[in-house]
Amino acid sequence: MARAVPPARKALTTALAWAVGLLLFFPILWTVLTSFKPEPVAVASPPVFLDFDWTLRNYQDVQRQRDYFDYFQNSVILSLGSTILALLIAIPAAWSMAFVPGRRTKDLLMWMLSTKMMPAVGVLVPIYLILKWLDDMITRRTGIDVGLDSHVALLVILTLINLPIVIWMLYTYFREIPGEILEAARMDGATLRDEILWILTPMALPGIASTFLLNVILAWNEAFWTINLTVTDAAPLSKFITGFSSPQGLFYAKLSAASTLAIAPILVLGWFSQRQLVRGLTFGAVK
Amino acid sequence: MTSMTRALLGATALCACGLAAAAQQTTITIATVNNGDMIRMQGLSDVFTEAHPDIALEWVTLEENVLRQNVTTDIATGGGQYDVITIGTYEVPIWGRQGWLVPLDDLPADYDVDDLLPPIRAGLSVDGTLYAVPFYGESSFVMYRTDLMEAAGLQMPEAPTWDFIREAAAAMNNPEAGVHGICLRGKPGWGENMAFLTAMANSFGARWFDENWQPQFDSEAWANTINFYLDLMNNYGPPGASANGFNENLTLFQQGKCGMWIDATVAASFVTDPNNSTVADKVGFALAPDNGLGKRGNWLWAWSLAIPASSDAVDAAKTFIAWATSKDYTELVAEREGWANVPPGTRTSLYENPAYLEAAPFAQMTLDAINSADPNAPTVDPVPYTGVQFVAIPEFQGIGTSVGQEFAAALAGQKTAEEALAAAQEIATREMRAAGYIQ
Repeated sequence: MARAVPPARKALTTALAWAVGLLLFFPILWTVLTSFKPEPVAVASPPVFLDFDWTLRNYQDVQRQRDYFDYFQNSVILSLGSTILALLIAIPAAWSMAFVPGRRTKDLLMWMLSTKMMPAVGVLVPIYLILKWLDDMITRRTGIDVGLDSHVALLVILTLINLPIVIWMLYTYFREIPGEILEAARMDGATLRDEILWILTPMALPGIASTFLLNVILAWNEAFWTINLTVTDAAPLSKFITGFSSPQGLFYAKLSAASTLAIAPILVLGWFSQRQLVRGLTFGAVK
Repeated sequence: MTSMTRALLGATALCACGLAAAAQQTTITIATVNNGDMIRMQGLSDVFTEAHPDIALEWVTLEENVLRQNVTTDIATGGGQYDVITIGTYEVPIWGRQGWLVPLDDLPADYDVDDLLPPIRAGLSVDGTLYAVPFYGESSFVMYRTDLMEAAGLQMPEAPTWDFIREAAAAMNNPEAGVHGICLRGKPGWGENMAFLTAMANSFGARWFDENWQPQFDSEAWANTINFYLDLMNNYGPPGASANGFNENLTLFQQGKCGMWIDATVAASFVTDPNNSTVADKVGFALAPDNGLGKRGNWLWAWSLAIPASSDAVDAAKTFIAWATSKDYTELVAEREGWANVPPGTRTSLYENPAYLEAAPFAQMTLDAINSADPNAPTVDPVPYTGVQFVAIPEFQGIGTSVGQEFAAALAGQKTAEEALAAAQEIATREMRAAGYIQ
């Protein structure tokens, strides 16, 4: 039976939740509002909240300067592609760690996580040199673009940098699934492939879905590698935004318009899948 | 022959022609910053590609620091991703000396290299060889409110002293009415507050390093500079000035909240633009102040186009940068968008053009400011470096920004001038020792 909560306390909790929610959402709201302001109003002091001449001019300017859809397309390819690749590697890896752990599994998991602790800029030059070498050896000879400013290179790098998190998340979800069910499947004659594909994956679907969504968001927002390793061909929305900051002249409104355009798709995705996201993220958290 | 075969043959022939055309076309990738003049150039580049159908242009617009980081990585590793890069007078001498840039000593005769303004040309050359061509150049000067000066009963001289600037700031300061006597940069950064303070220090007889690369922040001249700056800003500056850079001060001035503003000459076209500025018809200009020591507190900067040595399309890139910085380009902008919009500060001929002088009332003052800056002898006492508001060594970005943070802290009241100068001296000494300039 549900516990009765005093109405006053309920109201207080609700108000508090709304306050925290609005506080967290405020920077995004401000960015969106700024994107509709004329440039001088965007930097006005004291700041103007709603009472200004709303304009779409910034969006027109942004689109005229650079084609949003080229960058959008690259963002979709890179975030979805790298996430699917990561899941293909991570599901079998997490299976083995969750159901047939060895003596060193825990150490291995910690080591994987530790790779996230290294500052990315530390390996920028070696990776740049490797991609340049691939450019010289493969792209120039075969015409298949795998080096700097290519989708292939970025897909591999984004997959690798998010792989530890994907494996960790899946490992946590898989541990919640009783091994006996998989054992029963094996006794019924299921092969390893059948076991992972038809037994484990459907049961862990909420976990896999939230891992997928979170990883898409992480890859979409990745800014270091996408800015440093792309020029035009594979440049995603992170590169699109960087061009709208101006050293001389007002730019906040245009930069806000570019940022709004860049976050809008992922915001919509998050909105529609929030039930799935929350369920996945709290999966196994409450015993 | 069936119609199908004919169609196939035709398609093949078309493909072959297309491939041949594509094979002959060279694509150059241009990395640039988001400035009004650069965006305008991008818009007008159709004229170039129509005249040069064999060259295709690809644009990458980046934030200034991202551009520096991307381009440095690419040049240092020989990546060859960029064919034309937009860099300033700080990078050109360093990168030119490193062999990272293609020397531009064989530009076509009609380019008229001798028409470039001498200080700008000097700032973009290493040992007499040009390594970048200027797209637009700037110095700094005083912009002031003519109405407020008149109300205060003062007259701005063409070449004011720092003492006069303080007197005028005090006279115009009226915080109750929302007007501050003077707005100056305070936001930390080698290209933000340190650009202003280094140029100001030059006019106070200070220098970053002596001839043996010993940092000089313990000198009396630096103490005078910082004390004067803090006194000016604390008494007559806007609140929270330690967060103000070019854009913030521009906004304050355009909204009528500053009596004076000492900053880049390119700001002149913004503050006199009636669409964005509430004080457009009330702005006067004067040379940057001095202290009678022979140097004025104005800087020299030119956003310039250069070709990285790693480019594999040097000839096409050279053709493009010669076009983008030519007299013809200036005329193209004038024809399409008016003389007031042509990129300023690069060519002598522009300042002899009556149409331009009429459209830009600040033109003569800009020219005088640029001509009074000497990147090869920026200070009163001799120095081992070039650069007016910076020191053209690779270590300067880091040292300049750290020192800038100290002076911003002093402006914010978190430190005294003495503490900030002592910290600056310590930072500079440590970094210069680590870099091997001094023992």
